[in-house]
Amino acid sequence: MNSLPLILTVFVACAVEATEALTIVLASGLTREWRSTFQGMAVALVVLAIVVAAVGPALTLVPLGALRLVVGALLAIFGVQWLRKAILRATGHKSLHDEASAYLREVAAAKAATVTSRRGVNDWYAFTLSFKGVLLEGLEVVFIVITFGDNQRNLPAAVIGAAAAVVVITLTGIAVRAPLARLPENAMKFAVGVMLTSFGVFWGAEGAGVSWPGNDASLLGLVPVVALVSLGYTALLRQADRGAGPAVRPSQEEVASS
Amino acid sequence: MRRLKAIGAFWYDFVIGDDWRVAAVVVAALALTALLAHAAGVNAWWLLPVCVFAALGWSLRRATAGKS
Repeated sequence: MNSLPLILTVFVACAVEATEALTIVLASGLTREWRSTFQGMAVALVVLAIVVAAVGPALTLVPLGALRLVVGALLAIFGVQWLRKAILRATGHKSLHDEASAYLREVAAAKAATVTSRRGVNDWYAFTLSFKGVLLEGLEVVFIVITFGDNQRNLPAAVIGAAAAVVVITLTGIAVRAPLARLPENAMKFAVGVMLTSFGVFWGAEGAGVSWPGNDASLLGLVPVVALVSLGYTALLRQADRGAGPAVRPSQEEVASS
Repeated sequence: MRRLKAIGAFWYDFVIGDDWRVAAVVVAALALTALLAHAAGVNAWWLLPVCVFAALGWSLRRATAGKS
């Protein structure tokens, strides 16, 4: 398969995660202390590197059929969850993920926390906030890179896509020094959900022992079909809402979980 | 123990997400696909996509039921 679809898929998926990590790092650095924030970020990156070094080579030892079955199942589950969330947000059943308001929530919490020094870190709150944000979002990036790269036996292409996303988002964040509120995050999540689901279904079924008509070329049909079905569900939900009046506003719990 | 629970909760949320039924349908569909392919010799490439679309529709229906 051509490397370009792989690079683009990983780029968009990782850009979404990098945006969320950037929001947390900015909230920590601008309101607390940059030194402790960077320390938290650096430790998280070291942990992520250890995870990659441990898991990456181990996965190459697994037979491709078994790997595709397990990873396909995970990606399909992951992808459907992303699509579900994106469709619910697009139809007003769940609050849109707003980086600006997420940033304000983090800033308010960061301002309220007291400054405590621990283990050579000046501001423990800034350190842990940045560490958790980068580690959690980074784990998703690692998961996407390893699963996509390993399944296509083209880890370098997946790494290029992820690295490009992280660099672009970081440089943009440094330039604007504010959360990237104008990114069409839900549309990006929808697109990533379509790609994750399509690749997951393709690899999962192959791992289970079936042959796709046209082999790899069937992905070219599968991706638009997944997109069309998802858009169809979006249209159906909108139609149902119009018929029954406005959708109930999302609860605080849903807003918090976004 | 609390840390172990937190790690378990993180991975559950990371992999399974908001609706465990989606994961259950995907796993069941893959098992059935493998059974058909290896035991009955049926090349059921269409089964997983159909089940995934059904799972997505079912999950959306459950999520929006009673809200509109």
